[in-house]
Amino acid sequence: MFDITGKRSLFLIISEIIILIGIIALVVFGLKPGIEFSSGSILTISFEQEVAQSELQEELAGLGYDNAIIQRTGAGDFFIRTQELTAAERLDLEENLSARFGPLTEREFNSVSSMVAAETVNNAIIAVAVAALGILLYITWAFRRMPKPFHYGVCAIIALVHDVVLVTGIFAILGAIMGWEINLMFITGVLAVIGYSINNTVVVFDRIRENLRRGVHPDFEMVVNSSLVDTLSRSLNTSLTTLFVVLALLLFVGASIQNFALVMLIGIIVGTYSSLFVAPTLLIVWEKGEWGRLVFLPRGKTKEA
Amino acid sequence: MVRRNTMVSLVILVIFVFAVCALVYPLFGREEMRLGLDLQGGIHMVYQADFSDLEPGTEAEAIEGAMAVIERRINVLGVTEPLIQKQGGDRILVELPGVGEAEKAKQLIGETTLLEFRELVEGEDGEMEWVPATATIDGKEKALTSGYFKENTYVGQGSLSQIFLYFEWNEEGSEISGEVTGRLIGQPLAIFLSGEPLLGDDGQPIAPIVQSKITDRGQIEGLSLNEATELSQLLNAGRIPVPLNPIYEQTISPILGADFIDMSLLAGMIGVILVMLFMIIYYRLPGALASLALIFYGAVVLAIFKLWPVTLTLAGIGGFVLSIGMAVDANVLIFERMKEEFATGRMLGAAIEAGFNRAWTAIRDSNVTTIIVCVILIWLGSSIVESAPVTGFAVTLLIGVLVSMFSAIVVTRTLLRLFVGKALGRKISLFSAHREKK
Repeated sequence: MFDITGKRSLFLIISEIIILIGIIALVVFGLKPGIEFSSGSILTISFEQEVAQSELQEELAGLGYDNAIIQRTGAGDFFIRTQELTAAERLDLEENLSARFGPLTEREFNSVSSMVAAETVNNAIIAVAVAALGILLYITWAFRRMPKPFHYGVCAIIALVHDVVLVTGIFAILGAIMGWEINLMFITGVLAVIGYSINNTVVVFDRIRENLRRGVHPDFEMVVNSSLVDTLSRSLNTSLTTLFVVLALLLFVGASIQNFALVMLIGIIVGTYSSLFVAPTLLIVWEKGEWGRLVFLPRGKTKEA
Repeated sequence: MVRRNTMVSLVILVIFVFAVCALVYPLFGREEMRLGLDLQGGIHMVYQADFSDLEPGTEAEAIEGAMAVIERRINVLGVTEPLIQKQGGDRILVELPGVGEAEKAKQLIGETTLLEFRELVEGEDGEMEWVPATATIDGKEKALTSGYFKENTYVGQGSLSQIFLYFEWNEEGSEISGEVTGRLIGQPLAIFLSGEPLLGDDGQPIAPIVQSKITDRGQIEGLSLNEATELSQLLNAGRIPVPLNPIYEQTISPILGADFIDMSLLAGMIGVILVMLFMIIYYRLPGALASLALIFYGAVVLAIFKLWPVTLTLAGIGGFVLSIGMAVDANVLIFERMKEEFATGRMLGAAIEAGFNRAWTAIRDSNVTTIIVCVILIWLGSSIVESAPVTGFAVTLLIGVLVSMFSAIVVTRTLLRLFVGKALGRKISLFSAHREKK
């Protein structure tokens, strides 16, 4: 039988490094908000002629849009983000561009006012917080007949926070390097990760609940370990099947939901890791009061319960 | 028990056949999936009403009035299936599928379409300027505008094929008009639209000289036939009683939408095939049955989307594709349990029942957490302006989770039970299980 729980100090260190990287990325780079969260306009256009991005940038600067962010999409369209454009400004901009670069087609236009953006930020934060609280309450309720049901809820939530910090941290890095912005699909993805990553944790906890009831072993650590071994293949398999479809979405649907698909991809991988190695590990640490392990104390110095 | 299983099989078969029929044929008047704007192209606008100039207590009435006027204006252009909805107390959502006419309609919504009559007076700096022509009625100063037109303007042609826009004053209008035109005989009276002078066919401002006092009806000469017709229709559609400012706009070309549909169909197909292959290779016979249950699942979910109908957006399709991956999760949990039961020496029938019963709590708990998230996402979608992606995702995922509980549990179990007591059912290698060596 594998000894998973015995390596818990290692898992804790890995997770703490992950969280640290995530937090540093968030603090140093911050998240780049898309127009849904910071207001502005996005115009996606395709030109009939070949247009160089630098020329377009120059032309936009000449028209007074110095801050315009231009990206080339996979299909060769241009994605131009500016401050909020009025109907007249947009018409004017398109006329100027077509005078300079020839006929163009507007593929997509999206404009968000600052009032709407502020509301969206507010409500997105509330949604994430309420989701976490709702899950905490449900897990506590589902494990109510266990000794210390609250422990299960809190450990599940810590594993969740771990996943969310890593996902947002990676997006902060992507934002700094590749200009990726977070949008509503990102928030939707984060919430989906919250719902999904908890699934695997529940499978492991459910097994711990059952093994405790059956009394497979007097030592809590051994109960957790055998539960992990029992559920390892199903945890990996459920994640794999979902990874398949998420990969398909990421590779074949592309741009519009790539934020969502990438959040899910990272979230499922880190979520599986945290359900197997973080949430159960924390349960043991809490049960045994081994708080020393959280600050990298060598094994010999930890207080064994 | 075998008889009960046959009954359940029959029910499942009926549901499946019904779902496939619903997808293939138009049922209950639904011929096609309802597609969101991001998939069929179109315009989505949200306007914020500015109540600052309104008398308190009349806001609701003003919004209703504005919506009625917008609807009439859009109908003038014949946009198909427009959606005009109130959001909160002070916002109006307008969705216009298709572009082209929709772009035009959008411009019309923003227009206040108020014709103002202005007279020429000498300003303080000595320059001549156009100011609104007013009359004092019952001690109140009132401007002469198309707000006093009866909603029966029409366009006609004179003997020299000049175009006229005919209008009639209502009671209050004829009083004001009588006073204004009586005062301005021999002087020009210009017509302004949205603060700009109305230009004639010749590019010159339309500013006829007042010939006589006008109290009941009048005509505007000089517009082109098209302009006059459109103006007349807009005037008859009424005036939006409150200023509307656009706060959110999204325009998507139909070409882009068609690309999205193709791409997400491809992604869905590839996802399904990968999941099925994995299940069959890893779990063998039960995996093959789970794949059949997945086909059942797909047909039922898509039929619900069509019949409900659920408006499919790109994010919604994302939610559906994701739910395919999650739909077999319950099967994985059950099959792993069955393997454990086989290992302790149970026969197929007992392994199935024990596997399903003991996997149930984990399936329930994990699905409930997903449902909690879906409900919160639906709330988030209802509380923000750019709701389409969030709501679309949450609704399809929620339907997916609910249907998958049925397909993964009832359908797979019923299919598995068909093998109980059969020769195939005794070959436990088909279930990728093995007995524990004693």
